[in-house]
This record gives sequence, structure tokens and C-alpha cells, in this order.
Amino acid sequence: MWKYPKDFPILDQKIHGHKLTYLDSAATTQKPKVVLEALQNYYETLNANIHRGVYQLSEKATEAYENTRKHVAKFIGARDPSEIIFTRNATEAINLVAYTWGEKNISEGDEILLTEMEHHSNLVPWQLLATRKGAHLKFIPLTDEGTLDLKNLDAFFTPKTKLLAVTHMSNSLGTINPVSKLIEKAHQNQTTVLIDGAQAAAHLKINVSELNADFYAFSAHKMLGPTGVGVLYGKKEILEDMPPFLGGGEMILEVYKDYSTWKPLPEKFEAGTPNIAGVVAFSAALTYLENFGMENLRQHEKELTQYALGRLKELEGLRIFGPMDISLRGGVISFTYLDIHPHDLGTVLDHQGIAIRTGHHCNQLVMRRYDVSATARASFYLYNTKEDVDILIEGLQKAKAYFDRGSKKGA
Amino acid sequence: MAWEALNDLYREVILDHYKNPRHHEKIEPHDVEQEGFNPLCGDQLTLQLKINSGKIENVGCWGKGCSISQASASILTECIYGKALEEVLSEASFFKEVMQGKSKIEEKDVGDLEALSGVQKFPVRIKCALLAWTTLEEALRFYEKTHVSSLK
Ligand SMILES: Cc1ncc(COP(=O)(O)O)c(C=O)c1O
Repeated sequence: MWKYPKDFPILDQKIHGHKLTYLDSAATTQKPKVVLEALQNYYETLNANIHRGVYQLSEKATEAYENTRKHVAKFIGARDPSEIIFTRNATEAINLVAYTWGEKNISEGDEILLTEMEHHSNLVPWQLLATRKGAHLKFIPLTDEGTLDLKNLDAFFTPKTKLLAVTHMSNSLGTINPVSKLIEKAHQNQTTVLIDGAQAAAHLKINVSELNADFYAFSAHKMLGPTGVGVLYGKKEILEDMPPFLGGGEMILEVYKDYSTWKPLPEKFEAGTPNIAGVVAFSAALTYLENFGMENLRQHEKELTQYALGRLKELEGLRIFGPMDISLRGGVISFTYLDIHPHDLGTVLDHQGIAIRTGHHCNQLVMRRYDVSATARASFYLYNTKEDVDILIEGLQKAKAYFDRGSKKGA
Repeated sequence: MAWEALNDLYREVILDHYKNPRHHEKIEPHDVEQEGFNPLCGDQLTLQLKINSGKIENVGCWGKGCSISQASASILTECIYGKALEEVLSEASFFKEVMQGKSKIEEKDVGDLEALSGVQKFPVRIKCALLAWTTLEEALRFYEKTHVSSLK
């Protein structure tokens, strides 16, 4: 028996009379007991505002908060904890870059290079920036298999290409992109690179220094941590050169009537009281992942995904999106089934206790590329098992039988 | 059991409208064309109306989306065909009230629309059922702006 589901209290419940089968971890993961306990413990023993009090409690809270910063730095291979900025989520981390680095470095006529598989969070901030500045967006297209079409990659880089913003792993296609190669290419062209790691940081072993990424953004809630905590990694020299994002308490050094000066990194980018409890508990999530092992996690998800792809292919009328080569795909499978609309599928599966995502997954460009308005999506994490896949397959077969009933009698 | 609850959502009338949508065509000429979107699901539809002497003389509707949103659109076309605009608007607000649990569907004779009352027990699907009706209201608001005298 796979012992890990036991660590997740929420999984031990019934939905519509069936055991909950949670297959939506790409949206957010469930939280292990140790993370919930860390939250509780913070409020019971440490709660105080940070970077403010001279009293012991505040000192301890500050230390716990800063320990998570060190932990995150180590977890993703950053050289220095001051390169880790806490935000609310990956979306805010990306917006931080758009509003500070972007404001300073993007001018009229410049080009921002994206891909057709970007999550709206790594697309809309750049649209807004481009509109403010009169810059242009360009898109690396997708192949029919759901990978980036890099045939004409050279042609996408021009002297005007100031930024490449690309996802490390797609949340709808599951595709793992060759970001190392893209970063190298971009740097040869003096192009700065932001990697959207919202999916990848949760599922792959990451080393931002080896990758040589300029920015790397992700969310704690997709990797066992609490909601309301995001991370922006940025290279120190780039962060230092950026103007502040939000103004207010915590981020200032000296304040006069008409101007202020900023604290050094990382406080410069952390205005106001942050999600202290969430940040502190995030460290427990990282420890859990370290104990599990990111390589083991990847191996577990590969096996599950391979198994799921095989079983899904047995179903007639089931269309799978994204690469079939398991080395290019994380634990995410988008699909459509016969002519059953994904929402109807989602409702019928829900009534069997199975939670999947349905819709456009904040990826309308991907939906348009493959000419569908919505898909169903199953995604896995360390608590999922082959049994969950079997339950999904059975659920799909029951859904088919259920809607067949309609066409026979309704005729 | 769970399947019984589902049967309340997916009544046969609904599946029939989904598979054989009524007035599923472009109409020429028309006075208003209105698009409706449900950003959560990607449901989308286009509604065309031909209005004459304060009545819906003809209607066309098509789109993409789940069975509930598309069946609701098909039922809507039957509900409003040939009716006076005031009557159509009051039907729309009645259906909204039913979905919000403020009115009971039995209070009025609404034909096939009755079949959609089960959606009320599925909060996340209420938006799907309402899409056609909010699109209709927008279409009529637009019509009112451009043809003030026809609508009181
Ligand atoms: C690839 C990708 N980028 C960005 C995001 C945005 O993450 P968040 O909503 O936590 O800001 C997500 C999650 O939905 C994602 O999957």
C-alpha cells in the first residue's frame, strides 16, 4: 500500500457517498498534516509581526520567516536567500517583474517573446506592459504533439527582443519545455528570461543557478504549501537594479515628506505585513518534499502518467492532448471523451467522488490551437496511486453509459 | 444514490434539446445579434432576434458548450418565439429567481423550461443554465437603446 495518502487528512472523506479521488493537483495540491500543524503551531507559539518588534516573540517570528527564505533558496538552488522574494502567488511574482523590471527596461517597439502554451498569468501581465509601452508580443508556436515548435527559433530573437517569458511545464498539456536550451539561446541575444515555474517547481528538481534563469516564479500552494504564498526568484544584480513594486511599511529605509529610500533586498519588494504564517508553514512543505525526494516524485509521477496514458488509450473516442513521450510530460493529462462536454463529464465524475478539472485551464491560446473550447484534465501528485487511475477509467466508462441512456430513450 | 441526483440534472428533455437544438440557425434579417460567454467554462453562444411590433418574430441561436448551457439556449428559443417583449423579460427574470431559489418553477406554466429546475441543486452549473437568459437580456437592452419607442 502506498502510505502517503494517510498524511493528507482531507483525502479521507466521502464525496456523494464515494471515497474522494483527488485528481486536480495541478490546480492546487492537498496539504500534509505537518503543514497544517506548522500553521497551527505558528499561531499558538510564534505569532507577532516581523522585522518590527524588539521583543523576543517578534524576533522568533522573524527568524522563522527568514528561515523559510533560506530553505526556499536551498530548495531551488539560489546562491543567496536575498534573491528570494515572497509574494502572494506566482501571478503576483510575474506581475512584480512586469511592473518593475518591465517598466524600466521595455520601451516602444521592443519585443517580448512568449509561447502559445502560456498560462494567462504569464500572458496578461505582458499584454498590459506591451500596451503601456507600445511594445510587441511574439509567440513561439506549438507542434501538433503539444511541444514548442523550435524549428525557427533563431528567427524569433531580434535585437529588439528584451524578454523571453516561458513556462517550464505546461499546466494543460503537461509538456516539460527545454528551458535550459531556451535560456542559453536568449542570453546569447542579451534577452532576459523569466521562467514560469508554477508547475515545474512542484514536480521537478529545480536548480535556478544551473539553469541560469534571470527570474523564476512559483506558488507554494501547488507544492503542499498554504495558499497565499508565492515566490519570485531573481538574480541579485537584476533585482538590485529594479525599482520597488508596492510602496509602504517594511520596504522603506528613511521616509521624508516627498521621498523615501528603500531597504536592500529582499525587503525592498515586500511592502506591508506578509503572509507570515503561510511562509513559515511553507518550510514544512519543503521538508516533506525533501524527505520524499524530488527524483522519487518525478519517478512516481512518470509511472502513474504512463499507466494512465495506456489505460486512457483503451477507451474509444478518447482524445489526449500533449506529448505521449513520458520524458517530455509531467503528471498532467488533458483529454476529451466522445462528444461528452468536459463539464458534463466533470459533474458525472464528481458524483462518483472523482475531482478533475474541466474548462480552459487558463490556457485559452492552447484551446484555440487545438480547436477545442474546453478539456477535462486529470493531474497527479505524490498521494495518487494506480488505483486512482483505475477509478477514473471506470468513472469515464460509467459516464459514457450514463449519457448513452439519454440518446437511446431521447430519440 | 448519486445517479438519482444526476437524473434530476440531466432530464431527458434536456438531453433531447442538447442533441436536437431548436432554432439552431442564423436568421436573416435580424434586428439584434448578441454574443454571450461564460469565462469559467468557455461556454459561448450567439443569439439573433427579429423583433416586430414589440414581439419576437423570429429567433436563431447557436454556440458551443455543455449540455446545460446549450439545452437552456434551445429551450429559450422555444419559450420566447412569437411572444411580446415584456412577457419575454418577465420570463427571464422568473427563471433567474428560480435559479436563485427565490421562486418555485411550479408557480408558472413554462413548458420545457421546467426541466431545468433541477439545475438549482448544482450551484456550479447555474451559470450554465443562465447564460442564454442573460444573453437575451443583454440583447433586449441593446435593442431598447437603439429602438427606444418599441419597448415601453
Ligand atoms: C503554469 C502556471 N502558471 C501560473 C499559474 C498561476 O499560479 P497562481 O494562481 O498560484 O498565481 C499556474 C496555476 O494555475 C500555472 O499552472
